[in-house]
Amino acid sequence: MFAAAVHGYGSTMATSPDAVDRIAEPWGTRTPYDAGERWPARVDQHLQDGVAPGDVDRWVQTASILHSNGDGIDIAVKDGRIVGVRGREVDRVNHGRLDPKDLYGWQANHSADRLTRPLVRRDGELVETDWDTAMDAVAGRTRELLDEHGPSSIGFYTSGQLFLEEYYTLGLIGHGGIGTNHMDGNTRLCTATAAEALKESFGCDGQPGSYTDIDHADVIALYGHNMAETQVVLWTRILDRLEGSDPPALVCVDPRLTPVARAAREHGVHLAPRPGTNVMLMNALLRELFDNGWVDQEYVDAHAVGFDELEKQLADYTVERAAEVCDVPADDLRRAARLIGTAERLLSTVLQGFYQSHQATAAAVQVNNIHIVRGMLGRPGCGLLQMNGQPTAENTRECGADGDLPAFRNWSNDDHVNDLARVWNIDPMQIPHYTAPTHLMQMMRYVEDGSIRFLYVSCTNPAVSLPELRRIRSILSQERLFLVVQDIFLSETAQLADVVLPAATWGEKTGTFTNADRTVHLSEKAVEPPGEARSDLDIFIDYAHRLGLKDKDGAPLVKWSTPEEAFEAWKECTRGRPCDYTGLSYDKLRGGSGVQWPCNDENPDGIERLYADGRFWAAPDYCESYGRDLVTGAPVEPQEYKALNPDGKAVIKAAEYLPPHELVSEEHPFQLITGRTIYHFHTRTKTGRAPELRAAAPEVWVEVSESDAADRGWQEGDELRITTSRGEVAARLRITGVRRGVLFLPFHYGYWDEPGGHEPAEHGRAANELTMTDWDPASKQPLFKTAAAHAVLAEGGAR
Amino acid sequence: MSKVPMALEELHRSENQLAAELLRISDRHKADHEVHHVARDIARWSQEHVRELARIARDHDLTLDPEPAHDPSLLAKVRQKGDELLGRHHETSLLLLADLRQVHKEAAGVSLDWEVLAQTAQALKDTELLELAERCHPETLRQMRWANAKVKESSAQVMVTP
Repeated sequence: MFAAAVHGYGSTMATSPDAVDRIAEPWGTRTPYDAGERWPARVDQHLQDGVAPGDVDRWVQTASILHSNGDGIDIAVKDGRIVGVRGREVDRVNHGRLDPKDLYGWQANHSADRLTRPLVRRDGELVETDWDTAMDAVAGRTRELLDEHGPSSIGFYTSGQLFLEEYYTLGLIGHGGIGTNHMDGNTRLCTATAAEALKESFGCDGQPGSYTDIDHADVIALYGHNMAETQVVLWTRILDRLEGSDPPALVCVDPRLTPVARAAREHGVHLAPRPGTNVMLMNALLRELFDNGWVDQEYVDAHAVGFDELEKQLADYTVERAAEVCDVPADDLRRAARLIGTAERLLSTVLQGFYQSHQATAAAVQVNNIHIVRGMLGRPGCGLLQMNGQPTAENTRECGADGDLPAFRNWSNDDHVNDLARVWNIDPMQIPHYTAPTHLMQMMRYVEDGSIRFLYVSCTNPAVSLPELRRIRSILSQERLFLVVQDIFLSETAQLADVVLPAATWGEKTGTFTNADRTVHLSEKAVEPPGEARSDLDIFIDYAHRLGLKDKDGAPLVKWSTPEEAFEAWKECTRGRPCDYTGLSYDKLRGGSGVQWPCNDENPDGIERLYADGRFWAAPDYCESYGRDLVTGAPVEPQEYKALNPDGKAVIKAAEYLPPHELVSEEHPFQLITGRTIYHFHTRTKTGRAPELRAAAPEVWVEVSESDAADRGWQEGDELRITTSRGEVAARLRITGVRRGVLFLPFHYGYWDEPGGHEPAEHGRAANELTMTDWDPASKQPLFKTAAAHAVLAEGGAR
Repeated sequence: MSKVPMALEELHRSENQLAAELLRISDRHKADHEVHHVARDIARWSQEHVRELARIARDHDLTLDPEPAHDPSLLAKVRQKGDELLGRHHETSLLLLADLRQVHKEAAGVSLDWEVLAQTAQALKDTELLELAERCHPETLRQMRWANAKVKESSAQVMVTP
């Protein structure tokens, strides 16, 4: 048993990790601290039953891949097997703490149903085969289509859970080798709006703030961000501040009464707007800041453009109007605005309540606007965190696996394209840049209309995670589509594939990844992958070689064969760009804490906060993006941007409120929103195979407000049928503090552990049976919080 | 005697037509979800312009219908259903390019109409009219840029793949 020793930095206490049931108490025990102090360490640990710390052969350094927080972890290895985990006390992100998903989720690595051999479809059935046969089929079909239909018939859909080295390699293969514009990651579903909002306001992706801003802030505003369940350890940092002697005030915007909302009711204000009205709410808050003079005019004049347009736009957005449209008390809006407007050190965080809602980018950009007009950027406590939903989403974005050009190069800037061609030693014309990269939902449309005939899906499960699943299943099941799925389990999507490639996962391969506050971690291989499973990097490189991809001198296009070589190549690609990795190395990342980028000769220990002193990466010749029209999504033309922002200042972008695209009706009286639970990640491929996590949340449920349940005579535990025009889901009722008129369904549950396999056998279980196909025109992020639904008690469903 | 009423009447007509065109493209391309939704969102701008024009027309002794022209909903449903059925065929994406071209053309016409009205307002020192043109015209330009951007985004896939 790990001792309840005192750890860390003098004043600290740590808990005996196994003494606390982290399913019942997911945030563990409190270690209070005050503003400006260092967050005390608390080392969390879980070892397999019967294994004592003294039995462990070695501890292997890594970080979490079951959420986006980027907590440093050591894996315990005994006899070549993973037997547990321990938080890394030295890590700047978690100071030793772990999320319950990390404490238990590693057990999934050992699951008996891991994929261990490649599969190919023969006479309609997936059968085992060898790697040569499988890879020849994949490369062969690619070559055939390239010859017959050209690169636009090829698409790649990857993840937010692979490693940097793998994304960079995939981006090179897709953009530099095959020459297709059709590449995206499932970060499109979780973090595309974060990236787009940052591009809109600052000309470039890159998280302005740091997690350490929690240590300094006097007001923390969480917009559509249930941090307690999505970034568990970050929330414990806030809980520890709340227990200190000078707790920050909280503002929470969320239609559900989440743990964050409860804390905000106690320590500040909880606003529960009608889903789909975020822009209205944000505009009213901004208008209050203007009306009360809570604006740093000197900062704005020196460092921003677009202030006058915002002021003009806000003319119609009074608190009274917002109170009506959002159905939030006007006084609460005023109180929230006062907290935000009078904060001395304001930290804001944003997540899916904004990113997956109507007018996603427009709403997220208004949070940026608050920080710009208040001049609250680049100083301790003045943090802006446009959060990620996934552990390696930042790398998907940086490396170009989301379709963007690597290292935040601008696809509509020819100099950037030429520079990338130099790095890759290829002809610039080979890199598709005639238009913005094709986002996932558009790729699905091209698969639907038959113009994409080959789709290579790695480490993601669109057959459960995309909206309107009946449509998605029918698209992915088409005979004319060649579907490759690279995964560690036979997911719902893999069951539809023509070829399935068994991959190694976390703990079985080496690589790096970067969290939401730009902290880069090394994740080392601890054990061998099962059977013939291979790392995603090895598979991608094999694919490139089989295709015979070459640079312009006839040398192999992919010039590396190990993760460390890939990392070194990536460093060169980032030289002089905002996400500069040139000061990092595997050696530097080994042993201590993760390190934030940019990290280079000038900043050998990385930079904690971006945009100090109002200096941005927004200059027309340097920026990653010229932005888009927030309503139409049309890209801003280069010359327009140059005229608007010649000196590379922050861009204040105003947005009008538009009503949601699907409104409630007599037939569909509820607004349906989807989301997460603390115990599961995504489609439960791993967390559903860890006994403690599975037992903690075994089955889908639907949340309904007390008054809606009372009106209809429903009781806790009743089985409901929820329908939209797209499908039906059966779920047991939980009466919660969700807003009246709103239904909430967790999106984790699919069919791999049900008789249907990849689809409903009888009733739907996946929330996405119900969601609509609609996406934000600027970020292209699908909207999961905007459907009109109907609910009834199932026949015989009363408890 | 100024020709302001004539200009207002022409704009009222062309904005109504643009709104109808946007609703039509929305219905015809229901399987292209972004086109479907955004076209409806920005048709509202033209509908709002129609209302504004009718309001200001009264000051110029002109009666214009403040209610934007309506697309018969039955026909819209037929169009939407038609696109759902044809959504599996790549050939129909050529129609999308043609329809976007039409939106662009109509929006360009409206844009010029606003240009004419703004110039007239300046010459007549009619600040209310000028203010209206300055408020509405940028939205017309955004409608036009949208059509242009969608063409730019879609044409390679439409034209290159079989």
